[in-house]
Amino acid sequence: MNMIREWDWSTVIDAFPLIFKAMWITLGMTIACYAFALVFGLVWTFIRRVRIKPLQRLISFIMEFIRTTPPLVQLYFIYYAWPLVPYVGVTLDPITTSILGLGIHFSTYISEIYRSGIESVDKGQWEAATALNFSTRQKWTKIILPQAIPPTIPMLGNYLIIMFKEIPLTAAVGVGGMLLTAQKYGAKFYEYMEPLTLVALFFLLLSYPSSILVQKLEQKMNRRFDKKPGGSNNGKEVTAS
Amino acid sequence: MEPIVKYEDVHKSFGDLEVLKGIDLNIAPAEKVALIGPSGSGKTTIIRLLMTLEKPTSGYIEVDGDPLWHKEVNGKLVPADEKHLREVRGKIGMVFQHFNLFPHMTILKNCTVAPINVLGMDKEEAEQRAVEMLEKVGLADKLEAYPSQLSGGQKQRVAMARALVMRPKVMLFDEVTSALDPELVGEVLEVIREIAEEGEMAMILVTHEMDFARDVADRVVFLDNGVIAEQGKPKDILENPQSERLQSFLERFRTSSSS
Amino acid sequence: MAISGYLDILSVLSRGLYYTISILIVSAIIGYIIAFVAGFGRISRFSFIRRFTMIYVEFFRGTSLIVQLFWFYYVLPLPNFWAGTLAIGLNYGAYMSEIVRGSILAVPKGQTEASIALNMSNWQRMRLVILPQALRMMLPEFGNYLIQMVKATSLVSLIGLTDITYQAMVYRASNIPQSIEVFVILLIVYFLIALPLIALTRWLERMSSKGVARE
Ligand SMILES: Nc1ncnc2c1ncn2[C@@H]1O[C@H](COP(=O)(O)OP(=O)(O)OP(=O)(O)O)[C@@H](O)[C@H]1O
Ligand SMILES: [Mg+2]
Repeated sequence: MNMIREWDWSTVIDAFPLIFKAMWITLGMTIACYAFALVFGLVWTFIRRVRIKPLQRLISFIMEFIRTTPPLVQLYFIYYAWPLVPYVGVTLDPITTSILGLGIHFSTYISEIYRSGIESVDKGQWEAATALNFSTRQKWTKIILPQAIPPTIPMLGNYLIIMFKEIPLTAAVGVGGMLLTAQKYGAKFYEYMEPLTLVALFFLLLSYPSSILVQKLEQKMNRRFDKKPGGSNNGKEVTAS
Repeated sequence: MEPIVKYEDVHKSFGDLEVLKGIDLNIAPAEKVALIGPSGSGKTTIIRLLMTLEKPTSGYIEVDGDPLWHKEVNGKLVPADEKHLREVRGKIGMVFQHFNLFPHMTILKNCTVAPINVLGMDKEEAEQRAVEMLEKVGLADKLEAYPSQLSGGQKQRVAMARALVMRPKVMLFDEVTSALDPELVGEVLEVIREIAEEGEMAMILVTHEMDFARDVADRVVFLDNGVIAEQGKPKDILENPQSERLQSFLERFRTSSSS
Repeated sequence: MAISGYLDILSVLSRGLYYTISILIVSAIIGYIIAFVAGFGRISRFSFIRRFTMIYVEFFRGTSLIVQLFWFYYVLPLPNFWAGTLAIGLNYGAYMSEIVRGSILAVPKGQTEASIALNMSNWQRMRLVILPQALRMMLPEFGNYLIQMVKATSLVSLIGLTDITYQAMVYRASNIPQSIEVFVILLIVYFLIALPLIALTRWLERMSSKGVARE
């Protein structure tokens, strides 16, 4: 086993601009995948509210399946196997593959958050809204959603951070974010330490303040909604590798 | 006779809030003292200091001749360490308002875990003693049940048995019936009464049950706003209150408990 | 496709099963040990221990698992088996230490007070009263994280460890027309590995609702 070389500042200076540039790609991918997950999460949530037992079971099973299998393999499936699927298959570029793959994977988690938000609204609220003769649409927009959404915001924020840390996975299908850039740099000059350490620091610098922000938000929400601290997803941040 | 518990000018503050403002109180061995007073007057705090759940801000407490929060080194009093606290703590037992039974242990285990681990008793002896106490509180048929399977009154009786097996010299009761449904209060008070009649243990009872206090206590202490405002024989205190504060406290009490 | 084709794929995947499972077991063991060490560190009486463990936890939660994996593999450099198990173990250990800490703090204060009233020592209080109750809260969460770790093991294929994902990629490279079957079977195999763990977690969840004090 070879020893760790000495830290070389000139390599840092050399690699920094490349990684800094790739950071924007990583951030852009984060936003894109996350937005897709937010929307697709809604889809799950609404299909599951359709009161047909077999359909509900099927959807729950599919979601469980997606949640418990590796996103890496899901990316491979979309990238390598989807083009061969009869009739609907098309070849997708790495970016679209990643948005679909990570987006769908995370949408199953996001959907649970939506559901918990909706279920957290007291049943009496529905009854009160009915008693006041609101239409179904009004019930949702005026009574239920305004109460269901705010408590989920910190959890959704958590998942944005988790998504961010999951983006390097897309390097496996060739998206040129920070990790792939560092890896390529390493392969070219055989200098892995500085670029990879830079990538790690970038992740830390971006995600740590964000997670503190989310924590603050959560405390504020708990106060506002008079909940016990940490009731919802205390320490429950997960990764999805 | 030397008192078993001595408070000398004990003060306790939580942050800026001074809760106890100089408590002097002696309790004789085997004496039963009822502690009454309005909410927030510091009753709980007084007995929590004795159980070492709270540390006094200043003052001196003695248990059975030993300083509680201090120890003597070369004739000087220095703050007590954990070792010293554990020695003195062995003489005190406590029953809590919310029982605080160990939910993951059977009733029997609840009553033997401390004798075995703290007193170093062997299992058989501990179980024998525990069963004896559980019989006394009328729960010998529940040995293998878990706390969640008992009613509040039963839980509280187990909690008493658990404290009794340690054979403390002083037993503290903090409003042990106030978390119970009204119809369960009687059974718990009955058990306390029996324990009290056996005699040898000193007891401090924080209670809102005035009739009970009159029956069981040798002395009633009225605490108001962090000081002992009045104390004496139950009959005198409860029927012939001197201070206006105590009069109005008892008055309020009569109206609220008869309603 | 003929049955024999599916069997081919399965037999290729089974060659990777040894690594997938052993990576899972070793990283889980590392992860759980770290979780307890760091979890207790976070509530230590000594502030320098608290600070040190907090830095560790925030560092491993703040940087991405894949980045850590690559760092261990390319920078240290560790052999790929140890890079994989250490990265997964240290990363999940950091997350799970929060569970350990949270569960211990979640045991109601009355339990501590009752143990003091029964004159237990600090260690007896932890061993006899607090930990047994905290464990009940932790176990279902540990189960959830174990399922996450199954997924994480697939990452080791990226550093050349011949787990099932790696084997699938190799097989696919020379059998391009079978890509769909390869990945579908691979996904199903992962699901089957996770299935007993899902059942275990559900069971632990049911068990843990018993025997914890509530205030
Ligand atoms: N840990 C604490 N931190 C801050 N304040 C406290 C704490 N414990 C008690 N207090 C305050 O001390 C005062 C006295 O409390 P204590 O519990 O001794 O009253 P009490 O006489 O037992 O009242 P009650 O009849 O309501 O039980 C109260 O104002 C209470 O808010
Ligand atoms: Mg009180």
